[in-house]
Amino acid sequence: MSDTPMDSSKRTWLIASGCAGAIGGVATAIPFVSTFQPSERAKAAGAAVEVDISAIKPGEKLTVEWRGKPVWIVRRTPEQVAELSKIENELADPNSERKPGEITPVYAKNQARSIKPEIFVAVGICTHLGCSPGDKFVTGPQPSLPDNWPGGFLCPCHGSTFDMAGRVFKNKPAPDNLEVPPHMYLSDNKLLIGEDKSA
Amino acid sequence: MAEFKEISPDASNGEKLLNWVDNRFPLSQLYKEHLSEYYAPKNFNFFYFFGALSILVLVIQIVTGIFLVMHYKPDAAVAFASVEYIMRDVPWGWLIRYMHSTGASAFFIVVYMHMFRGLIYGSYRKPRELVWIFGCAIFLCLMAEAFMGYLLPWGQMSYWGAQVIVNLFSAIPFIGPDLALLIRGDYVVGDATLNRFFSFHVIAVPLVLLGLVVAHIIALHEVGSNNPDGVEIKATKGPDGNPLDGIPFHPYYTIHDILGVSVFLLVFTSIIFFAPEVGGYFLEYNNFIPADPLKTPLHIAPVWYFTPYYSMLRATTDVMVNVLSIIAALSAVFVVLKTAMQSRGKVITVVGVAVLIVLLKTFDAKFWGVVVMGGAVVMLFFLPWLDHSPVKSIRYRPTWHKWLYAVFVVLFIVLGYLGIQPPSEIGTLIAQVGTIYYFGFFLLMPWWTQLGEFKQVPDRVTFAAH
Repeated sequence: MSDTPMDSSKRTWLIASGCAGAIGGVATAIPFVSTFQPSERAKAAGAAVEVDISAIKPGEKLTVEWRGKPVWIVRRTPEQVAELSKIENELADPNSERKPGEITPVYAKNQARSIKPEIFVAVGICTHLGCSPGDKFVTGPQPSLPDNWPGGFLCPCHGSTFDMAGRVFKNKPAPDNLEVPPHMYLSDNKLLIGEDKSA
Repeated sequence: MAEFKEISPDASNGEKLLNWVDNRFPLSQLYKEHLSEYYAPKNFNFFYFFGALSILVLVIQIVTGIFLVMHYKPDAAVAFASVEYIMRDVPWGWLIRYMHSTGASAFFIVVYMHMFRGLIYGSYRKPRELVWIFGCAIFLCLMAEAFMGYLLPWGQMSYWGAQVIVNLFSAIPFIGPDLALLIRGDYVVGDATLNRFFSFHVIAVPLVLLGLVVAHIIALHEVGSNNPDGVEIKATKGPDGNPLDGIPFHPYYTIHDILGVSVFLLVFTSIIFFAPEVGGYFLEYNNFIPADPLKTPLHIAPVWYFTPYYSMLRATTDVMVNVLSIIAALSAVFVVLKTAMQSRGKVITVVGVAVLIVLLKTFDAKFWGVVVMGGAVVMLFFLPWLDHSPVKSIRYRPTWHKWLYAVFVVLFIVLGYLGIQPPSEIGTLIAQVGTIYYFGFFLLMPWWTQLGEFKQVPDRVTFAAH
């Protein structure tokens, strides 16, 4: 430090201009950071999808794309529907009570997590880290699955398992059940995915 | 500022030119400080090849990267095809691309060896803390660089790997989902994501990386290199003021490193020419299938260099969170009963641990998995202050310390292996043990590194002339 006494008014102005510069810097950064947001085109791409489900046989699954995500439509067999009530104590959230309104719409907040018991609609993306689980509809022992496997879905990435209603099993990496997208029936065999009556 | 130097008019043209430059730019001075008069310990061993090799791989990656960008198209519709175009239609394109893809794995092999060297010889200890911290920052940059580069071929593994890693950020409470949206620029990984990752991969991260490499070397040359004995060679200087156990980096180590470079290139080129995929480890088979947002491949795993950390992520289940809570509670009990800490310190510990346990049970295991994965890397930054051993080098530590290090290395490799495999119950259990050991190894260092019978550190480095 030099021996010259400090000029306090000079210091005040130095601090003031430093602050002004910092504010300018932050203001300039805002547009740059904003460019990271989804573009208008990406936002507009979220239109609803109409699906004809008449061709799906019991025990089969149809995958359609909605907002770039896979949406599954499964026509469950009566045995698969009956199985849903037997395994509730193995599930983390059997009654879809977590994050109300976010994961499960009100009209699907039942044991089968669907409007019609046999037709199950869900976003095929694991709530853990976004992989798409694979179909494991065959019951019984098989690799990566417990011996009393009741049928459902297995995520290949981190081994989370879901039952035939997309409900996650206990003590798995995925924290939540599979998301049920907003959907409604236009007629008996016409399903609209992405919109429901509440919208 | 140097004074303007006049040179004798009889000097050669070369000398006159050098003098002209030196009066305007410290060329000779830089050459001396960093090469011809940078004294490095004379007892460097095998592990000391890897610093120079990492510079070589960096250069390979930059040069091959420049040429790949000339043919690659960062567009989700054509990216996959443009990589195949490079492989099939661009003259020698396959060679450049395989050099780049093999270089990525080679970079991690070399850097892991380089870090292991620092770990066993205490090269992070005072006064080399900043050398180590710059190095850890380079490691982080390298991971970001590798991850974003892996999206560019737009294969199935690229796509789903990016999907998983970006979703890691959405596990952060409150801000997570918005943060993941900002990273992707869309609601799922898509064209916007590919474009910005391309920008980060070819411009932003390499610029930061180069700056950090310069800082790493400047910091190293300021304090001087450590060596396998952990002896400060600057403590014993000869009459000329240079360390008695030091030799100029050039020509001694430049020539020495040519051997390392030759052996490295022998292996590197063998892989490029004969096994560029290395059985699915360097280039995963699923990445030869174009990205399909509707279908995750049945088995997905990151490239091998990320798998140790990926295993730790997978190991963090609800059971693991309970185990961590119990460990935290037990350590609080231990602090209260067995240590001589002041009662205020004990109260703070108990409250801190109680808060931690509440948090552990409040947030999802998914979030803690991300914390564990990130923490495993971030912890390395604190190593200089965790190690309290009275000696630097493993050579003069108690023999059982070597066993702790050996188990650490074995478990790290096992974690890496498990991360490649599909999830299984026994695998998860082993990964949980490995994760706890990894964290215990570092977090308990202030305690265990002081224990045991230390050997006498010599005044001079041990070196047998050959």
